[in-house]
Amino acid sequence: MFKLKLFALAALALIALVLSAVEGCAPAPIATPTGPRELVVMTHDSFAASDSVIKEFESANNAKIKILKAGDAGAALNKAILAKNNPLADAFYGVDNTFLSRALKESIFDAYKPASASKIPAEFVLDSEFRATPVDYGDVCLNYDRAYFQKKNLAPPQTLDNLIKPAYKSLTVVENPATSSPGLAFLLATVGSFGKDKYLDYWKALRANDVLVTEGWEDAYYAKSSWGGKGGDRPIVVSYATSPAAEVFFSNGKLTEPPTGNVIGEGVCFRQVEFVGVLKGAKNPDLARRFVDFMLSTKFQEDIPAQMFVFPVLPDAKLPDFYKFAETAKKPAIVSPTDIDANRDAWIKAWTEVVLR
Amino acid sequence: MKLILALPCGFLALFFFYPLAAILQTSFAAGNARGALEIFTDDYYARVLLFTVVQAALSTALTLIAALPAAYIFARYAFRGAGILRALTTIPFLMPTIVVATAFSALFGPRGSVNLTLMQLFQLDQPPIQILNTLAIILLAHTFYNFTIVLRVVGGFWANLDPQIENAARVLGANRARAFWHVTLPLLAPAIVAAALLVFIFDFTSFGVVLILGGSRLATLEVEIYRQTVNLFNLPIAAALSLTQLGCTFALTIVYTRLQTRLARPLRLRPQAIVRHKLQHARERFFVGLYLAAMLLFLMTPLVSVIAASFENGFSYYVELFINRRDSITFVPPIEAVRNSLFFASATIGLAVSLGLLAAYAIAGKNRAAKILDPIFMLPLGTSAVTLGFGFIIALDQPPLNLRTSIWLVPIAHTLVAFPFVVRSILPILRSIQPRLREAAQVLGASPARVWREIDLPIITRAVIIGAVFAFTVSMGEFGATALVARPELPTIPIAIYRFLGQPGLINFGQALALSTILMCVSAAGIVAMERLRLDEAEF
Repeated sequence: MFKLKLFALAALALIALVLSAVEGCAPAPIATPTGPRELVVMTHDSFAASDSVIKEFESANNAKIKILKAGDAGAALNKAILAKNNPLADAFYGVDNTFLSRALKESIFDAYKPASASKIPAEFVLDSEFRATPVDYGDVCLNYDRAYFQKKNLAPPQTLDNLIKPAYKSLTVVENPATSSPGLAFLLATVGSFGKDKYLDYWKALRANDVLVTEGWEDAYYAKSSWGGKGGDRPIVVSYATSPAAEVFFSNGKLTEPPTGNVIGEGVCFRQVEFVGVLKGAKNPDLARRFVDFMLSTKFQEDIPAQMFVFPVLPDAKLPDFYKFAETAKKPAIVSPTDIDANRDAWIKAWTEVVLR
Repeated sequence: MKLILALPCGFLALFFFYPLAAILQTSFAAGNARGALEIFTDDYYARVLLFTVVQAALSTALTLIAALPAAYIFARYAFRGAGILRALTTIPFLMPTIVVATAFSALFGPRGSVNLTLMQLFQLDQPPIQILNTLAIILLAHTFYNFTIVLRVVGGFWANLDPQIENAARVLGANRARAFWHVTLPLLAPAIVAAALLVFIFDFTSFGVVLILGGSRLATLEVEIYRQTVNLFNLPIAAALSLTQLGCTFALTIVYTRLQTRLARPLRLRPQAIVRHKLQHARERFFVGLYLAAMLLFLMTPLVSVIAASFENGFSYYVELFINRRDSITFVPPIEAVRNSLFFASATIGLAVSLGLLAAYAIAGKNRAAKILDPIFMLPLGTSAVTLGFGFIIALDQPPLNLRTSIWLVPIAHTLVAFPFVVRSILPILRSIQPRLREAAQVLGASPARVWREIDLPIITRAVIIGAVFAFTVSMGEFGATALVARPELPTIPIAIYRFLGQPGLINFGQALALSTILMCVSAAGIVAMERLRLDEAEF
């Protein structure tokens, strides 16, 4: 008897839960002439935008934007691929050039050439069919601790080759390319600079010079660097060329100069370009297309720098004041998306063998 | 009995086995399934498995050694502040790994405070302590995280163990050690084994600790599964590794279940008020005090360093939390994050405790179903979060179960982790209830409901609360949440912490620490409040 009672109670609780769950995810209400339609945008965890900018799109299109954050860039894309027969969203933002080929090969996107496509510099247009449209870019490079090098009376590194010199022994932190997006970008920078045959030799030398490998950017920046958090002692970290600007922006108003500098010499950086696309089978493809247009509007492009700390692709978009501390590489290392896709796994595997085992 | 089983089994079938089967099937169907055979030919995977087992075994042993005295002290001695102290030992369990990593770095990093102090003290040029990225720090961190499991599971059982049995042995001439070894330890065995199993599985499937603190050179199966799934998108290998991990968990749990049913025996359980006594002799006070001080030093120093750093600029990081400076849509007011966390935690407690209680009753008897079901109930703990998360995407995509982006997916995922804890907390005590007690009550004319209320309920209340505390902690710590399809728009405290740590700059770091401090306070308050719950005076 008591067991039955307990059962009944638990059953009620569970049924209530399931019911509310089912209700909570009932299909979006069918558009009525008056009610807003829902535009679902799937993206990675680092997506950010201004409230007012998003609102502007919503009111102009009688829409409600729902952002689905689906993990880091790699995880989010894989989830979109797994769900491609029954997509979770209308648009997907945040696939970068290191994963672009995977997205195109799995054909998760429908082509859509936005109105302002002609204004995008050619270097960013990596898919001429516009299944994926470039939105922003940023350079992964090396950040260094300015105070450290001043104190030690040592010149900050200028090139990749500097890092393997005895004077720079035990100073560098890199992220594991198998688990981290900047880590992969930096590996590609070495591939682009030294070539497919020589890059491993460079990594051998870097390992011999006591390079430290971390799992992700957070750990490298906040636990291992000599400036980000506490207790770390490494003055050179693989990070973004906008990080010094972010240091000023997020400095409690005390800093007028960043504590860090960029190493952006020839071939040190790798340029990440991020894309948006309309997902195949989207429920509201027209809204998704308009959102792609919107991401290339001046309003959204000028919102990008202070929200996501990357550069807008449109050259005429104005940058915020503190971006005078953000830099872009003159000559980033270049590896084409098809080349990346064909070799990414092999490069990571070879890198793991040489650097970690 | 069948009805009781239906709910927990149904829940697992729907939210565990179905998604798991779906992702495994898709993985092996996708591309080159034979490639998965690589895990048998490439000895790298054998090394990963070996490392996974070794580090988990060592971590479990270390955790037991460190925490068993604590279980004894909290079970046997009544002293002021015991409740708060015990709540504090739970906090490490729910701290985000990256926050703990920064705290460890602040303490033991090459320029951490411990090293700087030692260097100054002994005039050294090099930092003397270099344990970051070693096996040692993995073991330490696992002990730091899982201390509370042993303390609670064993301590909860110990607190009701009749001290008269041990006293009788002493009277009969056994010395302290002999009485403990031959009397108390065998009686405690079911709880110790249960705790050891939970800790082992947690260490076995360890992800963040190994990845972040252990550095990239050391990999567990779970880490390898994540790399294969997310970065290489090599689903066949990931699936094969997932199955290996699952198989190990299952085999281990079967051994455990056999052991458990043999070890468990009906006991004369006593209310805590009788079991506990005050610290009497100066010697007793000294040793208990010494141990507790060491325990606090070990568990609290990293947390205190986080709290201290969060106040480095006075309250400015806390004030900053409330300001949406960039008008960002991702801004989360701290109160909202706290509210979301508590909401998910309550839902998890409700789900995990009701399902866990039913499951524990269903398998408490020594019937055949119990032998099979018990290990099955433990499986969710041994499953790779990322595998299951991907399974949700392809399995739960049709109405009426289109839950992929539902907010209920969060408490459901948390429940999968918390449910085994609830079962393990309740089962040992349920199995030791003297059948004669119930029979006597029946003979005296009590209805089954009354028997349950008067006999079972007072005895299991503590165990249920322990289970509930686990469910609360699991949910507040957001286990496996990153694996979910897509975060619904209800960011919790850990999610907000990760957001701050995703961008450079002192304010972001400071705010992450401030939120971590808030997480600690809210959780400690919640745990203390739950442990104060009393159903009636007769409670054990």
